[in-house]
Amino acid sequence: MSASQASESLTETGERRVVSSAQATAPDKDWIIVTRGITRQYEMGGEIVRALRGVDLAVRRNEYVAIMGPSGSGKSTLMNLIGCLDTPSSGEYWLNGQQVSKMSDDALAHVRNKEIGFVFQTFNLLPRATALQNVELPLVYAGVSSGDRKKRAAQALDRVQLSERMLHKPNELSGGQRQRVAIARALVNEPSILLADEPTGNLDSQTSEEIMRVFESLAEQGQTVIMVTHESDIAAHARRVVVLRDGVIASDDSGDVFRATRPGQGH
Amino acid sequence: MPLYEAVLLALQTIRTQKLKSFFTMLGVCIGVTFLIAVVAIVEGMSRYMEDDLVGKLLAVNTFEVRQRPNVNIGNTTRAMWEEYMRRPRLMDADVPAITATLGQGIVWAPMSQDNATATTVSGRPKSVNIYNTTRNYFEIKKMGVTAGRIFTPQEDAMGSLVVVIGKDVKDHFFPNVDPIGKELRLGNLPYTVIGIAESQGSALGMSFDKFAIAPYTSPLRRLTNKQKGVIDAVMVKSPNEQVMNATMEDVREVMRAIRKLRPGQQDNFVLETSASALTFFAKIKQYLVLAGVVLPAIGLIVGAIVIMNIMLVAVAERTREIGVRKSLGARRRDIMAQFLVESTTLSIFGAAIGVGLGAVLAKIISSVTPLPAAIALWSVILAVVVGAGVGIIAGVYPASRASRLDPVVALRSE
Repeated sequence: MSASQASESLTETGERRVVSSAQATAPDKDWIIVTRGITRQYEMGGEIVRALRGVDLAVRRNEYVAIMGPSGSGKSTLMNLIGCLDTPSSGEYWLNGQQVSKMSDDALAHVRNKEIGFVFQTFNLLPRATALQNVELPLVYAGVSSGDRKKRAAQALDRVQLSERMLHKPNELSGGQRQRVAIARALVNEPSILLADEPTGNLDSQTSEEIMRVFESLAEQGQTVIMVTHESDIAAHARRVVVLRDGVIASDDSGDVFRATRPGQGH
Repeated sequence: MPLYEAVLLALQTIRTQKLKSFFTMLGVCIGVTFLIAVVAIVEGMSRYMEDDLVGKLLAVNTFEVRQRPNVNIGNTTRAMWEEYMRRPRLMDADVPAITATLGQGIVWAPMSQDNATATTVSGRPKSVNIYNTTRNYFEIKKMGVTAGRIFTPQEDAMGSLVVVIGKDVKDHFFPNVDPIGKELRLGNLPYTVIGIAESQGSALGMSFDKFAIAPYTSPLRRLTNKQKGVIDAVMVKSPNEQVMNATMEDVREVMRAIRKLRPGQQDNFVLETSASALTFFAKIKQYLVLAGVVLPAIGLIVGAIVIMNIMLVAVAERTREIGVRKSLGARRRDIMAQFLVESTTLSIFGAAIGVGLGAVLAKIISSVTPLPAAIALWSVILAVVVGAGVGIIAGVYPASRASRLDPVVALRSE
């Protein structure tokens, strides 16, 4: 486990996100996500928790990937890293040809805005804003003009069949509708990846199916989707399932087609 | 995010939380209310003092040569008073020397004044201000007549028993009749009313229309100056302030020569102008304005602390919102701006309401008390600027805390 050894020595010097130059080459354009030995550790109650102990993951454009694992396996941490909400303690993370593991806070915000569309378990819509205003939000931070924003937000809501609910506030919408608003918000800025964290966790099974169909159709349209879940029947919708256990990838059933050409270092 | 959108967002937040927003801006609101009201009263008082009170007692571009100041606003100490009383009186004999120095376009009038009881055959006796002066007095005071006429040069020269009366005197003695040509006894001297002066208004509940003006050499002089040869004042009106200042210096020289004052000695007479009468008031006004600014400042500091606390609570309450916004691409400065604009909008809002309430308060005070009120533009501008300043200062800390939140932690919060 060279990665964890490296991270230990790095902690002692108090440095983070240091990657040896030999590894710092951009992967092929085809790969939207490439992580090379990323680790993430944090302190909790005086103890160092190693949430990720060296994850090598590569995702191609247009893939539909489910990341599974029991609680404590590090899947949430991995999702935060993939979503650029957090940066790895060590290792490299390339997103759409950019190395984001070395970026500043504001640069990460920019990447989140342009490259990533989040869908959360609890929807995370702003309660006082209408569906349309919620969907507009990423465009606000992208600096899109007000008129353009409304048009694009309305189109995104149309994509999830919610045109007639545009001016409703979240508390006037059902759970499934809220999640569809969240999906529209995630899609509105045409991100490289749609990143869903337990998207059906707060929904009944029928609504869950409905939402899964939305993801499916998006994947068919060529949208890269990464979904974190602990439910295997939800994960079954994905075309590739990555299982995480104790901070490392335990299995990756995508088939050997991908494994053979994966640029990251395997274990 | 552009500024106007941040402002719209802030207004929306304020609208959805009306009660909380109201309490948040209360401190600033009260501070500004008192700032506006106090400054309005002080400003109103000073405008009143300058334009109405002193302006009516002492005419524009006019100085009066006197033994001692006639208008005493503020504190005249006992020592000052005693010194005034030791001064020699101004004499009729001094007048030719004073007026000899006056140049072209300068109007002057001798004047003596006192109170006397006026009576008519039928009316109740009334105390009135009696003046002995010349027809120039009317020019100096810009006082016209609403009926009748002022005295002629002949009447002036002869000291005829004619009188121009003020509106109050007319209303008291001749409520329903034309007073022109009627007799009005002043200190038992039988005067004939020849004119009614325009109303001179009132100040601080004191009417300026309770007067009777008679020719300088008319017999009323026995009452206005009981000591023979003494005169109260010589009024000198110049066409403008520069001429007035130059004329004052000439007259000062003449007076010092008459009084045989050595260079080191103080004047034992006064050349009174509206400005000199107001020097003390100007001093008080400074303190009043200072109080009018300092006391509300305490309110504003409290207001700032309240806003800061409410904003800290808002940041805590909206941690998840901040996380969501960050996850959608908000940079630190976007979050910072959002909360800073919110606190500033709140504060300016409070200040604006305070301006309105302050204006209302000033109007109420001026309507139930004799104090006048005039809203000063500078106090309104100051209020809004201070409101914005309070909002920014109070918002910086909460906003920077919000902007530095870790998105992962923020998204996890309830």
